[in-house]
Amino acid sequence: MSIPADLKYTASHEWVKTEADGTITIGITQHAQELLGDMVFVETPSVGRKLKAKEECAVVESVKAAADVYAPVSGEVTAVNGDLDSSPENINSDPYGAWMFKMKPDSAADVAALLDAAAYQAVVDSEAH
Amino acid sequence: MTLKTTPLNAAHRAMGAKMVDFGGWDMPVNYGSQIDEHHQVRNDSGMFDVCHMRVVDAKGEGVRAFLRYLLANNADKITLPGKALYSAMLRPNGGVIDDLIIYFMTEQWFRIVVNAGTADKDIAWMKEQAAVHAPGLTITSRDDLAMVAVQGPNACAKVWEVLPQTKAATESLVNFQAADCGEYFIARTGYTGEDGFEVMLPKEGVEAFWYALNKVGVKPIGLGARDTLRLEAGMNLYGQDMDESVGPLESGLAWTVDLKSERDFIGKAALLANPPSKKLVGLVLLDRGVLRGHQKVVSAQGDGEITSGTFSPTLEKSIALARVPNGVQIGDTVQVEIRDKLLNAKVVKYPFARNGKAVVSL
Repeated sequence: MSIPADLKYTASHEWVKTEADGTITIGITQHAQELLGDMVFVETPSVGRKLKAKEECAVVESVKAAADVYAPVSGEVTAVNGDLDSSPENINSDPYGAWMFKMKPDSAADVAALLDAAAYQAVVDSEAH
Repeated sequence: MTLKTTPLNAAHRAMGAKMVDFGGWDMPVNYGSQIDEHHQVRNDSGMFDVCHMRVVDAKGEGVRAFLRYLLANNADKITLPGKALYSAMLRPNGGVIDDLIIYFMTEQWFRIVVNAGTADKDIAWMKEQAAVHAPGLTITSRDDLAMVAVQGPNACAKVWEVLPQTKAATESLVNFQAADCGEYFIARTGYTGEDGFEVMLPKEGVEAFWYALNKVGVKPIGLGARDTLRLEAGMNLYGQDMDESVGPLESGLAWTVDLKSERDFIGKAALLANPPSKKLVGLVLLDRGVLRGHQKVVSAQGDGEITSGTFSPTLEKSIALARVPNGVQIGDTVQVEIRDKLLNAKVVKYPFARNGKAVVSL
């Protein structure tokens, strides 16, 4: 199971990368894409939308199922990955490269408080019974 | 609860399957990519573990007359030995107990294959009806048999490679016909819209058969691709597209219900007394998104509901079966409520794909 150590995570299976300018980049984890299977549709939030932490803001759909993606922290959407419209399968082949959207977080402390790789590993382990 | 397992459980795990709880059975949903598995069946050959489905033998004098009364389709349509017939089995109120396939073997023997989730209630119903209408018949659940579906344009040739002794008896089989080859009962039937066989054999031999097929290039296919294949082929799934709360005429099964002959059958009076106000149609989504079961369909003639929806790997669009008001016509554009949006979908005649190709026109 690939869980890069330099990223932060949520219990709802988003990964969060902090960029040099303090914005964050969000995608779904290797574990999440594996659970969902072949991805066929991605809906991203509009740029400029203000999100609250844990708010439903995007959707990924595989052949099998639809899943909501949640804002990891409160903040404003600054960019979305338009490539996923035509190539949603990139999430399967490269989950940590195929980012979904970027945000300017309201507070850097909220980001720092997200799960680290070890804590996220524990979440994944607790789901496997 | 402990999940039920088929004799191929260990083989699935050895082949890297992701296993899921499917109606109480521990079954493979895919072995990697379900889209690749889908194309594998449309373009070459794939094999499905369908051991969870139940084989039932109805034997004795008068078995044809009993099935003529028990089922909505007319058993008299099959007179060629081995010929199969798809039928709904109805409650007296017209609700669908199950959809099944019957094979005419002799005037003393019809074989019936029913769905996994409904097998126990089906057999109980058959026995209850037989006790009243044909007390001499025996209805036997063949729990000693396993079943593997091998489907795709190259499927039959692959089966003959593994079971050369059955080739002579099975190469002249037409679609929907079976041959009893001793240890193997081989039917030219399936649930994918492709050529191929469904092979019934003793449980003890099924794992070796599975690996032998794999060795000649037949890939294992999970339930995920089984669903996209059957939906593209426009085949109903019991429990989704119909159940005991709806009749066959509003489930796209009018072609299987013989209301023309004088024959009486269970559910006939209810069907004649209650003409349907809804019908099953195909939908192709024109906007971006994925159609799913239970989404609301909005049309000028009133609301309907999607019964099965998915992404079609062959069309590379989302497709669905939907129960809509009778007035909705092929070619109409309707709207489907997905989350908080209304998206446009075109009403089409299904199937969507057969024999490797898209057959729906947009």
